Amino acid sequence: MLKDPSLDGRFGEFGGRFVPETLVPACQELEAAFRDAWADPAFRKELDDLLRDYAGRPSILTECHNLGKQLGIRLLLKREDLNHTGSHKINSVLGQVLLAKRMGKKHIVAETGAGQHGVASATAAALLGLSCKVYMGEVDVQRQALNVFRMKLLGAQVVPAVSGSRTLKDAVNEAMRDWVATVEDTYYAIGSVMGPHPYPWMVRTFQSVIGQEASEQCHSLLGGKDPDVVVAAVGGGSNAIGIFSGFVDTKARLIGVEPAGGAAVGKGMPGVVHGMRSYLMQDEHGQVQEAQSISAGLDYPGVGPEHSYLASIGRAEYPSVNDQEVISAFQVMSRSEGIIPALECAHPMAWIIREAPKMQGQTILMNLSGRGDKDVAQMMEILDGQI
Amino acid sequence: MSAEIGTLETYLRKKRSEGHKLVVPYITGGFEGWTDAIRAAAANGADAIEIGIPFSDPVMDGPTIQHASEMALRNGATPISILHQLRSVDVGIPLAVMCYYNTVHHAGNERFANSLRESGVCAAIVPDLPLEESGLWCAAADTSCVETVMLAAPTAPDERLPRIIDRCKGFVYAVGLLGVTGERDTLASSALTLAKRLKAITDVPVLIGVGVSNAQQAAEACTIADGVVQGASVMRRLIEEDADAVGDYIAEVRKAVDQC
Repeated sequence: MLKDPSLDGRFGEFGGRFVPETLVPACQELEAAFRDAWADPAFRKELDDLLRDYAGRPSILTECHNLGKQLGIRLLLKREDLNHTGSHKINSVLGQVLLAKRMGKKHIVAETGAGQHGVASATAAALLGLSCKVYMGEVDVQRQALNVFRMKLLGAQVVPAVSGSRTLKDAVNEAMRDWVATVEDTYYAIGSVMGPHPYPWMVRTFQSVIGQEASEQCHSLLGGKDPDVVVAAVGGGSNAIGIFSGFVDTKARLIGVEPAGGAAVGKGMPGVVHGMRSYLMQDEHGQVQEAQSISAGLDYPGVGPEHSYLASIGRAEYPSVNDQEVISAFQVMSRSEGIIPALECAHPMAWIIREAPKMQGQTILMNLSGRGDKDVAQMMEILDGQI
Repeated sequence: MSAEIGTLETYLRKKRSEGHKLVVPYITGGFEGWTDAIRAAAANGADAIEIGIPFSDPVMDGPTIQHASEMALRNGATPISILHQLRSVDVGIPLAVMCYYNTVHHAGNERFANSLRESGVCAAIVPDLPLEESGLWCAAADTSCVETVMLAAPTAPDERLPRIIDRCKGFVYAVGLLGVTGERDTLASSALTLAKRLKAITDVPVLIGVGVSNAQQAAEACTIADGVVQGASVMRRLIEEDADAVGDYIAEVRKAVDQC
């Protein structure tokens, strides 16, 4: 089990609650409401029922025989891409929107990068009868037009974030500014294990269903054994922490793969932004740097504080892959297994392909956190004429 | 800061005891003409100046100050360059800085507090460092004799306000509304409500900031509060016009609050 944060919201030296004074009471209220809900069997049952009957859990475990053979490893995929709305984001959002309703909030505000969390938020809001406003960087609005339209179909308002780098970082800024003004009747549904306490802990708790299921499924498939390596993409880090949560007590290596242009753990240093102290890409004066990644969902200069903690104690590793390796892995996976991955998940795939020679005969569990439909138009442009 | 000014709080208390309402304009450091704007504001009746150190991700700021921050950063402004330039700005009134916590954290609490002191800055306002996270910074600031202005928000329950005031030095920054900095058509009723709550429990000067958008609103705020902090309305004049326009505006605010 991953440890709970300290009372002041710290994982080791990371985390905390660095928010404007206006939001402190709201974060305290949310923490109390979450503790209360999570201890309430009725809330847990309502969430479990939704996860099963609406989101389609449990997600299956797929063994990739073709790729495994090619790479000389045993490769297992946790299929979060098969959830309703096409990614793991629905796990957290159903929990958060149920909680919002329980707290008597009327509106949901959310940020989104690739649009997966925005779509999941719009979906849960539609289902549970709340209004939804999603901030999305203007650059991402353009490269993820399909998800923008999906959110609108679901009844959400999509607001382009036009400040700064116009990507996920700026969508978070705009969502926080919105929340500062609307905090009395609005719930901020953060999309990853980031932000002020209790978000990193709460979102992890909602996402830990991935790791619990995967652990049982691996035991069943591997005769009671655990995989040798567990690997997932890391932007903010919610799908990674979700699957890590099932294996942190095992001997499995835990690998969070960052994009080379957004390697907060790999290239950053501790900093404070978006309510948390964590590794952060910043310049020599402490200005937050703009991430540069082919994947809108990983285009983020920070990382969830628990990942910073796991890195600091050496329990998890955070290598990076570049966009070229990702483009290649995206195609390899599609052709070898008939599974088009989200560009985010092409990152761990690229790492596996690169590192396979050093892992011969080992069992690798990868979290396939989302499906690639949303990325097809972008890849069509990138691969123009090469396919 | 020259020795005769003393601390920000003693200075503001003295002014208040003379029956004077307090006018504190905010100016983004590093924005073209910023030091001239400080001089113009001081010459036209400002009681202290809040200097913003621009940050890449200013979550408490609306479009005007976001824009000013972005332009200042594009001009190459850094915390070091701003503090360096401040050393040669002696306008005879206290100076405070407003900066987001990563600017402090990046330099290190002690080093940043020292650098403020060495630049003649009396006080710091750190809008994303709430009470519960302020311990390390406040200890460093106290050691360097830098005052930490705490913010109080309309959302704070009654039991929270005295704890904020206990930790507060310089003045209490009463956040006038739920929202980010920027000009509004009217002064939010939450501004006066919060100022009343604060005045009932403290004699530290209470200044309303965020959403105090013109001279008339400043005068309205000063019917309850000891003074105002004005940012977006000041910076809009510097962005669209020049330091002289800032001076004229501060004179107008000064006149309005003196009549209330």
